Amino acid sequence: MSKAVSALEGASFEGFAKVEETGLRGMITVRGDLDSKEMAEAVKAVNGAEMPAVRKIVHGEGGSVAWMSPDELLVVCAYEEADAKVAAMTEALAGQHALVVKVSDARAVFRISGEAAREVIAKLAPVDMSPAAFPAGEFRRSRVAQVAAAFWLNEDGSFEMICFRSVAQYVFDLLSISSERGGEVGFLN
Amino acid sequence: MLTLQCPYCGVEAEETELHAEGEAHLKRFGPGSSDDDFEGYLFMRENPKGVHFERWRHSNGCGKFFHAARCTMTLEVFGTYSAQTLEPPQEIKDKISAKYPGWTWREFA
Ligand SMILES: [Zn+2]
Repeated sequence: MSKAVSALEGASFEGFAKVEETGLRGMITVRGDLDSKEMAEAVKAVNGAEMPAVRKIVHGEGGSVAWMSPDELLVVCAYEEADAKVAAMTEALAGQHALVVKVSDARAVFRISGEAAREVIAKLAPVDMSPAAFPAGEFRRSRVAQVAAAFWLNEDGSFEMICFRSVAQYVFDLLSISSERGGEVGFLN
Repeated sequence: MLTLQCPYCGVEAEETELHAEGEAHLKRFGPGSSDDDFEGYLFMRENPKGVHFERWRHSNGCGKFFHAARCTMTLEVFGTYSAQTLEPPQEIKDKISAKYPGWTWREFA
């Protein structure tokens, strides 16, 4: 088997906020009836996480589970654990109208950290990034400039952003330009 | 700038997060239908100055299709609602009637 590498192999940029490509990450798309008992049990058993509420991400000891749409979740976990989790969730959802598929290698993940991390994203996405509107645990699918992206706020104040691997360089460049020194806005922090 | 609330994820989505998907509540006429019905389904669309019903998709978001009732002249939004329906909810029709008594749109009033 070939050696797996992430899209930008850990590229980083330090401006008024820090932007890092976080390397390989496990990601699993889960579709099905989010209100069903079976789905809640599968999510809990495999990731140790409760079912996330609308537009939220919940962190369990086995992985994080994000609300993507009324019938879709995204599981974020360690890269090496994705295959086992897909197998376990598929088994847990046997007989249900559900789909579990590994998408790790189709994606790239960035971390944006620092005091003004909110402003880096606020410049790129049509989303209210104020602390009141976007607390920790919030998960948002939107766009950054011209491409689709999803991002959430961690308890430590850093954001993580997911995009398609094919646009990883574009998103890294966007985040870097948006966090360039001299470009501080000073409104949200 | 048009802002519509997605009824599925609750986001107040501005226009660039959405994709316009044409007129709402079209009834499909396929194989076996009359030429007139088929033509109407394919080509004939409302183009009102005023109350209008549209389909939108939260494309840069949860990805779901939904419906919106709005005024094409003032850009006032009367409301958004589920795609799993054949007609606008009464509550939205009432809201329109309060502002534009006697409005009609296709078979709705
Ligand atoms: Zn939505």
